[in-house]
Amino acid sequence: MPLLDARDVYGGYGGMNILNGVDMAIEADEIGVIVGPNGAGKSTMLKAIFGLLSINQGEILLRGEPIHNLPTNQLVQKGMGFVPQEYNVFPSLTVQENLEMGAFLKPESVARMLERVYGIFPPLKEKRRQPAGELSGGQRQMVAMGRALMAEPSVLLLDEPTAGLSPLFMNEIFERVKEVNAAGVGVLMVEQNAKQALAIADKGFVLAAGQNRFTDTGAALLADPEVARSFLGG
Amino acid sequence: MNELVFFINNVIITGSVSGSIYAIGAVGVTLVFSIMRFAHFAHADMMTFGAFMVLLLTLAFPGAGGAVGLPTAVVMLPLAILLTAALAVGIDRAFYKPLRAHGVKPIVMVIASLGVTLMLQGLIRLFAGTGGQRLYIDDRKEIFRLALPFEGARAPIVVTEPQIILFILTIVCVVSLHLFLSRSRLGKAMRAMSDNPDLARASGINTNLIVAVTWMIAGGLAAIAGTLLSLDVTFKPDLSFFLLLPIFAAAIVGGVGHPYGAIAGGFVVGFAETLAVFNWGVLLRPFRDSLPEWLAQAGSLSFVGTEYKIVVPFVLLVAILVWRPTGLFKGKVIT
Repeated sequence: MPLLDARDVYGGYGGMNILNGVDMAIEADEIGVIVGPNGAGKSTMLKAIFGLLSINQGEILLRGEPIHNLPTNQLVQKGMGFVPQEYNVFPSLTVQENLEMGAFLKPESVARMLERVYGIFPPLKEKRRQPAGELSGGQRQMVAMGRALMAEPSVLLLDEPTAGLSPLFMNEIFERVKEVNAAGVGVLMVEQNAKQALAIADKGFVLAAGQNRFTDTGAALLADPEVARSFLGG
Repeated sequence: MNELVFFINNVIITGSVSGSIYAIGAVGVTLVFSIMRFAHFAHADMMTFGAFMVLLLTLAFPGAGGAVGLPTAVVMLPLAILLTAALAVGIDRAFYKPLRAHGVKPIVMVIASLGVTLMLQGLIRLFAGTGGQRLYIDDRKEIFRLALPFEGARAPIVVTEPQIILFILTIVCVVSLHLFLSRSRLGKAMRAMSDNPDLARASGINTNLIVAVTWMIAGGLAAIAGTLLSLDVTFKPDLSFFLLLPIFAAAIVGGVGHPYGAIAGGFVVGFAETLAVFNWGVLLRPFRDSLPEWLAQAGSLSFVGTEYKIVVPFVLLVAILVWRPTGLFKGKVIT
């Protein structure tokens, strides 16, 4: 049974469908990457999975259990973590307080998880008393991912984690994503840096106009000349 | 020396008294704004309600304070805090929550809170009448006179018992609020929700719980401020009219949504008021002989008459909005 299984999802804002029947499934130990042109519905799909957008048709299953249209705090309880693309930290809270908020539902595991998150993102430990609003873009992204990891999710949804970051930081973030995944967290992320992201992907989903265009392993998609021509810029 | 004592009595003590009351009130306003993003105009009436609860309880159990050596009103305060916190949560459930569920604009919430103001005020007047009433029913207000150990200082510094209680409770409130916001899980979640409500939800924070806690704190603080003011002067059902403007001025001066700013703003407004109505001529009196005649002869040298005290926070408010719209501490700009 897949960890996360979205079947034939239709949804959008204000009666207009942006998603027109998207299928997407990842296993518990996989990294899934959603790529595609602007307006393809990539971020919309991620938001639909996290219940930030009610879907009109189709179903989303977490370990076989339907989760669509559940309130977000229940999704967090069921093991989903979500990192939005923007406004993904609490700027006036310190780094450590940001992380603590991630474990709001599990106060007893704060100390243990802080240690784990600081292990994955050592720079955060040095900055733990600094307000998150004062950090650089790359460090903020670490805080945001760390915050989501604090709840010990079984699946982590990342919306363009490398947007606006320098190539150096981009590689750093992808390395961390791999590390998190190796520790047993399924990852589904939307990425603009398609080539680099597909390189670490177990599964790749190429969306266009709210529909699946190609679905395969990351390596196979990178090797597919048609995908390369139409979506990866040659 | 007597002039200095006069200054301490009329500026330092009076300013600290109104500053403390404004500060405690403004913290509630600013917390409600930071969590629910609207200006809660009924806040001053929650203060009146708290004081009214104390009045009722004092009438019901006179002499309860005598047993522990405190004014009965102060002994009844914890109960009034609970009742006012319950009222605040109840008002939210009945009036604001349905509006929030519809996703109305902040201005609709503000108007709704004006309606709550009128209802609360009418209700209190219905039971309390329109006149003022003393909260000291069974016991005498104790007055402490501290003589200064200087030669020539004949007049003493005068502090009353409720003023001392007020200063102590203000310090307790500020310290516990600080500890709550910086140490406790709920306090941090409140700050998180104030920063970014969507991300708070995505972190699994139960925002309904945070809203309820915010109302409890705001209601409890309102009861404290209202009671302390009524102890210092008298209880009046229209107390809130004199409090609303200074409290909102304090919250805005300090930076809306910023609890520490609200405390600072409360004292800024309190001292601005007392400094503006203070007769500065008194301080010039020792130098009478060396002053030009027109200055020495002037009867009163205050900036505004006591009867116009209410304009001071208003002027301060306008000045701050022009000079520094986000307040002394960087608050949110009201939209």
